[in-house]
Amino acid sequence: MTIDGLVKKPQTIDLAEILRRFPEEERIYRMRCVEGWSMVIPWAGFPLRDLLNLVEPTSEAMYVAFESLHDPEKLPGQKTMVLNWPYVEGLRLDEAMHPLTILATGIYGKELPAPNGAPLRLVVPWKYGFKGIKSIVRITLTAMQPKTTWNTEHPQEYGFLANVNPAVDHPRWSQATEQRLGESGRRATLPFNGYAEQVASLYRGLDLSKYY
Amino acid sequence: MKMISFAKVLALVNGLIPLLLLSWDAWNSQLGANPVNFAIRTTGYLALIFLMLTLLVTPLVKLFNWNALTPLRRTFGVYACIHTMAHFLIYFTFDRGLNVGSTLYEISMRLYLMIGTTALVIMLPLAITSTDGMIKRLGPKRWKMLHRLTYVAAIAGVTHYLLLVKADLTQPLIFAAILSILLGYRFGRYLWNLRTTAKMSLSQMMPQ
Repeated sequence: MTIDGLVKKPQTIDLAEILRRFPEEERIYRMRCVEGWSMVIPWAGFPLRDLLNLVEPTSEAMYVAFESLHDPEKLPGQKTMVLNWPYVEGLRLDEAMHPLTILATGIYGKELPAPNGAPLRLVVPWKYGFKGIKSIVRITLTAMQPKTTWNTEHPQEYGFLANVNPAVDHPRWSQATEQRLGESGRRATLPFNGYAEQVASLYRGLDLSKYY
Repeated sequence: MKMISFAKVLALVNGLIPLLLLSWDAWNSQLGANPVNFAIRTTGYLALIFLMLTLLVTPLVKLFNWNALTPLRRTFGVYACIHTMAHFLIYFTFDRGLNVGSTLYEISMRLYLMIGTTALVIMLPLAITSTDGMIKRLGPKRWKMLHRLTYVAAIAGVTHYLLLVKADLTQPLIFAAILSILLGYRFGRYLWNLRTTAKMSLSQMMPQ
């Protein structure tokens, strides 16, 4: 994985080095998909902040851009341009540095499998799941808000912030409830997916129906 | 006579199988991680398939004289309605939790749901008037005009599907292509009949 952009120490780092430098911790997080289902997932990973501190973002860095693997041979779903591959995502720097934000290396007590985004995958539990970019190959620190795949595809439906918010409907369905997989009946969706106490302060004063 | 009945029995019995399989799998928790979502998608897809089959009957009968197929049109049409009703009921019961207010709100807020509801609302009177008794009561001309609404239901169903997919338009576009052919056949026949009628009127007007 390459980390570059507005950083003092750009570098390419391999998985073994990452696992050596950043010991895994278990993080059990709620995951809420924008489509209305949810799960509770025991991830293993480390805070993204630790990796960013390693490369030392400069004072101009305001955002973190992520790029996923583009390999139609390994990932046959990429043979057609259903989306504009490679999948890209981004976070504000303060969101990326937040203690809840992790890079996951494992799930359910095992190494992260390919469909879940091996070897490294972003998990930001207070945002909709599509922000959790998989199989990260590149992280770039930027001054401007980076393009994100779903926002480019359908800007009225998928925003940059993508904070879980029962009060802000997706254009095609309500976000007030969710289907917890394995349960019968739906349950109420919580603001910031239940992490309001930890992250609401990041968005104080922001009109969340405008900046969805 | 026997052959016609057999074809109908085949269609009737086989048409029931997807719902039976779906129910069996639902009972045995074999519908995957998100069973409600799977059931909604599957009943919707089946409704579209049965609509396409319904519209396929007349072209096949007219082009190849496969008269054995004619009774199947009603079978397929009623199945299309049944699957559309199941599709809506699963949504209402499990996605909306039997909440009428929430359902009406969602339908009113989402264009693709309004279009889908239109398809459902059209198919109900068509299913009700599909019996022999009803055909007699309405008379062939009125019945035919009413049941042309099938075209509207099919267009609404495919449009509903097209509007709800988030990125991969492949399946809805395939249905749209098939529907275009099925409707195109009827439009072509309508133009051909106009031409024939015009020729006849013209030959009657010409001095001999």
